[in-house]
Amino acid sequence: MSDPKLPGEEKSIDKPVMDPEASPKAGVEREDAQPDPELTPAIIEAPKPIAVKKGMWGSGTGDTSGYGRIVKPVEWPAPSAPPYGSWFDGVHDRLAALVADPFIKVVLDRGELTFHIPRAKLVEVMQALRDDAQLRFEFCASVSGVHYPQAAGEELHVVYHLQSMTHNRRLRVETSCPEADAHVPSIVAVYPAADWHEREAWDMFGIIFDGHPHLTRILMPDDWVGHPQRKDYPLGGIPIEYKGTTVPPVDQRRSY
Amino acid sequence: MGIEDKIPQGVVLTTVEGIFGWMRQASFWPATFGLACCAIEMMAYGTPRFDAGRWGQEVFRASPRQADLMIISGRVSQKMAPVLRQVYDQMPNPKWVLAMGVCASSGGMFNNYAIVQGGDHLVPVDMYVPGCPPRPDMLIDAMWKLRKDIVAKRPIGQNELDAYEAAETAALTAPATHEMKGLMR
Repeated sequence: MSDPKLPGEEKSIDKPVMDPEASPKAGVEREDAQPDPELTPAIIEAPKPIAVKKGMWGSGTGDTSGYGRIVKPVEWPAPSAPPYGSWFDGVHDRLAALVADPFIKVVLDRGELTFHIPRAKLVEVMQALRDDAQLRFEFCASVSGVHYPQAAGEELHVVYHLQSMTHNRRLRVETSCPEADAHVPSIVAVYPAADWHEREAWDMFGIIFDGHPHLTRILMPDDWVGHPQRKDYPLGGIPIEYKGTTVPPVDQRRSY
Repeated sequence: MGIEDKIPQGVVLTTVEGIFGWMRQASFWPATFGLACCAIEMMAYGTPRFDAGRWGQEVFRASPRQADLMIISGRVSQKMAPVLRQVYDQMPNPKWVLAMGVCASSGGMFNNYAIVQGGDHLVPVDMYVPGCPPRPDMLIDAMWKLRKDIVAKRPIGQNELDAYEAAETAALTAPATHEMKGLMR
């Protein structure tokens, strides 16, 4: 291949590429998608894995796909120390001035700020975040539940996603409770939009939101037993009869 | 039901039955009842491209009281099950059920705590349409088979009572579904 190719003409490879240097290098991101050095916080401690997941699926059944050999640690992003950069310091300091000692930890990960709050201070913190002129997180976009069965003493987490229309900022507030005492104060009085979200978190995770006006199931039938999104909740499934055969549920099929 | 109950069995009843069936299959209205993604294909079935109006069936009756057919179009969740049964119970006789798609037929890919494993756990199904979801063409095909083979041939009067009797006897002596042998239909 001595003759030079014209641009746009198709390249042909006449011998195998053995040089490791020829492999593609780290991808070049768009200029505006580079990590902001200002928003790379000091990390207090390295992330500790709370569990190690093995295999593609939780049940540990064998499979022929090859994904059964995946080993993946479950780890939370490490807590960060100030200064955080951008508007994060202002919000952090203002909230610390309004509420006494509100943070368990502050996590700045991938340019997104998360405040971990003790559940006893949740309503006070939310009220401050909504009402203070420098904070003004008027909008609670979502309330999520999370179940970490390995995290002793804080198995259940509730995550609130807030947005400030005034300042165009987004903030995550996270609180936790032990599974044995799954009570978190309701924030419906502060953010009425959280009403159905809290009902869903109750339905799916069994988190009891104290002070909610009518904490009833929202997705499952009213007489349902259990909370399906808990990690220890069985998937269910029954054997299906077809003509001439019966197909067992997924978790009882033979493993290869 | 009416005067047909008093017709003696024989050629007269069979003739009247034929007229009944012929009229019924031309006046055959599905209930407005969409459950999941199959409902999107069911809606496409009524739109101009597939045009159920060609044989006068583009109207999905807004009330189960006016409907003859329930199309179970999608997976039936445990929470939806009593609703589905109530809609079926509200439909006047004679009524038919068409299980559209694999979820409505057997639970499909959702063998879990939340989904009923087939509409036939709740209501008697006359026609199963495979597919995930079936194309509107398949629904058209199923609809025509249902009309020609089941709706138009529904017995009336004493014949209907006899058919119920025969179906009951057959069900009592039939082997369990998973023990059945032979052609899978």
